Amino acid sequence: MRIALFVTCVGDTLFPEAARACVEVLERLGHEVTFPAEQTCCGQMHLNSGYRDEAARLARRFARVFADEELIVAPSSSCVGTVRELYADLLGAPAPVAERVVELSELLVDRLDIEDVGATFPHRVAYHPTCHSLRVTHVGDAPLRLLRRVRGLELLELQDSTECCGFGGTFAVKNADTSTAMLADKCTRIEQSGAEFCTAVDGSCLLQIGGGLSRRRSGVRTAHLAEILAAT
Amino acid sequence: MKAPSEPFPVAARRELANAQLRANMRNATETIRTKRNRVVAELDDWEELREAGRAIKADVLARLDHYLVQFEAAVQAGGGQVHWARDAAEANAVVVEVARAHGATEVVKVKSITTDEIELNGALAGAGIHAIETDFAELILQLDGDWSSHILVPAIHRNRTEIRDLFARTIAPGIVSDDPRDLAEAARVYLREKFLGARVGVSGANFGVAETGTICVVESEGNGRMCTTLPPVLVTVMGIEKLVPTFGDLEVFLQLLPRSSTAERMNPYTSLWTGVADGDGPQELHVVLLDNGRTRVLRDDVGRQALHCIRCSACLNVCPVYSRTGGHAYGSVYPGPIGAILTPQLVGIERAASLPFASSLCGACYEVCPVKIDIPRVLLHLRGQAVSKRGSRWEGAAMRLTSWMFASGRRFALAQRIAARAQRPLVRGGLIRRLPPPLAAWTRTRDLKPVATESFRRWWERERS
Repeated sequence: MRIALFVTCVGDTLFPEAARACVEVLERLGHEVTFPAEQTCCGQMHLNSGYRDEAARLARRFARVFADEELIVAPSSSCVGTVRELYADLLGAPAPVAERVVELSELLVDRLDIEDVGATFPHRVAYHPTCHSLRVTHVGDAPLRLLRRVRGLELLELQDSTECCGFGGTFAVKNADTSTAMLADKCTRIEQSGAEFCTAVDGSCLLQIGGGLSRRRSGVRTAHLAEILAAT
Repeated sequence: MKAPSEPFPVAARRELANAQLRANMRNATETIRTKRNRVVAELDDWEELREAGRAIKADVLARLDHYLVQFEAAVQAGGGQVHWARDAAEANAVVVEVARAHGATEVVKVKSITTDEIELNGALAGAGIHAIETDFAELILQLDGDWSSHILVPAIHRNRTEIRDLFARTIAPGIVSDDPRDLAEAARVYLREKFLGARVGVSGANFGVAETGTICVVESEGNGRMCTTLPPVLVTVMGIEKLVPTFGDLEVFLQLLPRSSTAERMNPYTSLWTGVADGDGPQELHVVLLDNGRTRVLRDDVGRQALHCIRCSACLNVCPVYSRTGGHAYGSVYPGPIGAILTPQLVGIERAASLPFASSLCGACYEVCPVKIDIPRVLLHLRGQAVSKRGSRWEGAAMRLTSWMFASGRRFALAQRIAARAQRPLVRGGLIRRLPPPLAAWTRTRDLKPVATESFRRWWERERS
């Protein structure tokens, strides 16, 4: 199948290793991955920060850039959620492109019906279900189904897993004290789980969690789900 | 209604520094949250109930003019008097007038956020009338000159030792036990006398039934029923959005509310009264219908769903922001996620511009709301308003610049290369540990992953084209 990658601005700039991993997994499964080079950002930051006109311009641009793609995958539930759930409200009408955008784990489990992607990752892993994957994109347990089939991987239970890590885009800076208090609890739970790696489907949340873990010198590392699925 | 006196981040910083408060909040919200999840899971038609609650409230708001007039006529037919109040001052004047007419120097009050919203107690005090809060938690706050930090559990930020010490200083000199039963007994002894002596009772309303003119108050202690049945005169202050069309509609809300708020299957004390009845309960009933900004909220077709709120506080208990900062950080009688969308609409966005940003948009509030208020959507909507009314020049420039950059794939690629180069002096051991303001707010407590030296698009270009 031909699948267009929407890498997202955060993925492109800060998590290229996760984006490359996403390409690797899909190609390993025999799919053709394309990358429309004109793509940039879905407009989520502008929308969430209250700059609706700028966000609407980026939304219309996204719809144009991906107009001809039949299936679009992104390694970020948050950006998928923006396109799929928020564009209609932002643009005043449903965007046809919205229906065709899926998050990586959704694509694999729900659309392609694959749980075992042939990965090996011999480590103890805690999965943090990000807020937007749970409550906006509704990916459900797709990431867990994929992780359970990774060879050598020990999936650990994370207490209060569904609680926000405190990222929230500009919230992390505008409300830095509250964001930090939320992050501290998340880091504690991750450390208590005994994991070597914390994984999630959103780079932005991993930016927050990884930044907290490294400042605490906790020794726990972060890895995007795609990176674990690409590992052999 | 009072607007917050300081921006949320400033207030939150102070509240977060209070370790005792944080521990109290965390324990309390976690307990309620767990119990709520358990009792909600018992109902297999919970989603249908939520949808019914939403639909009823949407209908009420769409035809409020009709339902209000119907309600007024029904209350009058039952022997009650109806007063229309445009704002807090008008509502307070009615209550003061009634109390004065009966020569009351004290009134007993049912827990009511609406009367907190209009600062009724202050208005009564100004007229020489003492309003006595009879709800256990409200009494605690009143005795201590403190104010509510939670819609349903106003003293959630206090623990029982703090309460024992307060009682020892005020209504129960010499009390040593901090056993909840002994604390309740001390309050009971103090309040019984007040109930029996009061000539005027004051209540809010959880629901008003348009069809019958019935008023409904739900509470857990029984003190509310004392206030609404013992004094010969009762004044009820009700927000105009509290109506439901028919008596039958209460069936939906009396299931949704207790499970969402106190995690109870059925509410302990549900008081319903319709007008006045000879020889039974108050012989004079006044109902004050309060606008105080609500019709302005009604005009906003995205924001108006905030008026669906039945004050259950489920959104507070699940909110990762509220459960850490507590309610006082919101600077208003309506804290938490619902406060973040209601307060700015009631007082005007320019007077509470930081509140819609006091959320990580995690969506937990929307998930539990029993009347399906899409709080994240309203937050985004209000953020848009806040930016156009009170946007920071610096942020506006940054947002316009980034949107210009994102308008071209080539420009974005160039910006990535510039960033990767510019950050070099800041990167130590593969991480950025210190940044200048405003990003210093990030690096004070967190490391930052640097911009990749090779972006994905450059890798793709190199490898695939």
